[in-house]
Amino acid sequence: MRDVAIIGASMTQFGQRDAWIRELLAEAGDACLDDAGVEPSALDHLYVSNMASGEFEGMTGVPNALAHDLGALGAYTQRVDQTSSSGGAGIYAAWQSIASGASDATLLVGGEKMTHKTTAESTDVIASLTHPAEYKHGVTLPSFAGLTARHYLERFDAPRESLAKVAVKNHENGTRNPHAQFQKEVDLETVLDSPIVADPLRLYDFCPITDGSAALMLVPAEEAESYVDRADDYAVISGVAGATDTHVVHERDDPTVMSGVVESGERAFDMAGLEPDDVDVAELHDMFTILEFLQMEGLGFAEHGEAWEHVEAGETEMDGDLPINTSGGLKSKGHPLGASGVAQGVEIYEQIVGEAGPRQVDADVALACNVGGFGNCVITTILEAAA
Amino acid sequence: MSDHDSTHGDDEPRIREGHLSGDDLTAYVCTNGHATFPGHQRCPTCGESQDAELDLSETRAEVVTWTTSTATPPGVREPNHLAIVEFDLDAALEASQDFTAGTVQGPVRTLAQLTTGDVESGDVVAPTYVEELREPGAGIREPDSQSWDGYRFEPVES
Repeated sequence: MRDVAIIGASMTQFGQRDAWIRELLAEAGDACLDDAGVEPSALDHLYVSNMASGEFEGMTGVPNALAHDLGALGAYTQRVDQTSSSGGAGIYAAWQSIASGASDATLLVGGEKMTHKTTAESTDVIASLTHPAEYKHGVTLPSFAGLTARHYLERFDAPRESLAKVAVKNHENGTRNPHAQFQKEVDLETVLDSPIVADPLRLYDFCPITDGSAALMLVPAEEAESYVDRADDYAVISGVAGATDTHVVHERDDPTVMSGVVESGERAFDMAGLEPDDVDVAELHDMFTILEFLQMEGLGFAEHGEAWEHVEAGETEMDGDLPINTSGGLKSKGHPLGASGVAQGVEIYEQIVGEAGPRQVDADVALACNVGGFGNCVITTILEAAA
Repeated sequence: MSDHDSTHGDDEPRIREGHLSGDDLTAYVCTNGHATFPGHQRCPTCGESQDAELDLSETRAEVVTWTTSTATPPGVREPNHLAIVEFDLDAALEASQDFTAGTVQGPVRTLAQLTTGDVESGDVVAPTYVEELREPGAGIREPDSQSWDGYRFEPVES
């Protein structure tokens, strides 16, 4: 297997966009080729992470459309759908293409167009991933979060405010991200007084519905220096792994453990030869505030039932021991389903190469955890600075 | 041919109607005694075939956790009271003619609508049949691809 490097990244403005899926993908793909200094004709593989362009827009076959629109005809194209973790799964697929030797230049573009639908319609498209026995009860992903949050708070005697502090932190981080959907701080009272969506969780415990796209350019690590201006201006994918949990959420032994997070994290750390303590900065899939706790614990950043204590102590803030979601997370940056895992990759790439601007922290090792469904499928990616 | 395969004749279908769909409130039990609701093609724990059924439609359960959802999708009541409940497996086995106590491993749970939002974790609830839990065809799921009737759970004296 060859070592794999990321040599370029881009993301579009996230939020409510006039552009449709083809335009969003083309915007991010074009900018990423520019950032990496790669000609479209040099692409061997082109991957598109997308959950539901057919359901949202009636547009299918988007990888082929993107190859045509980017001038990359001839490249092998493939759509990667793993619901909300399509982006992370795209990183895994793109990594495989380079590591295996099947491709010498792979562009990954993730995107979703959602905001033209009502919140109820978008919620239903996402809930269509559930089992018939769940779907007929009208379950939504937010209601899974409410069920899990209540169990967590009751079992571990955690204060409700600790969840709200995740939202406050990620909104503050989002003010420093010019691509974020919300670049606005919220205070604790605003979160705690916002309308109930899935008791005990309220509006500000949830990410918004978002249009957007993000892209990464991957090449063999041994060739990375030939593309970049500075010798250390690239990141190496030292660990990437995925795992699945039950499709039916109530069949899990412990509602507060996402085994897909645990297993994908262990495999990624194993591959990188690293431990959780080695990570300098992390992007976690905060589609709901409670998910940040479950991933901190599943990845080994906190003991089971104790993540809230680290949040209360400020350890996950920008100047804490382990800054989490410096990008603003899905919570503030937005969650265009297929783009989110790629955008997580963009943030940790920029942190590693020192291009995160006002969000920059001191980082040689960065991790992203991308969660599909309600922990149903998970991809963990670890980037390291070039040696 | 493995022992597993030998339990099926060539003409015997490997999927029974409703087994994977969760149409009925029935747990499916594999040859090693692992029970799940809904059923699966192979047991998620050991990979064996789930050949036995355990009716749960009259079995009480305990609320593990609950929520009231106020942002519901098309065709779903609002607010929608939901819970994860865990069945009293010993009671279900006692009522069954096909199993003896201790031969089936749980826990067996379900996610389901509640008849009320006035509940607490740990409350005992019982299933009550509803002809239509959600309006078929109002959401994205193909109406004919699944059933829409089922059971809500209501609090009872423990």
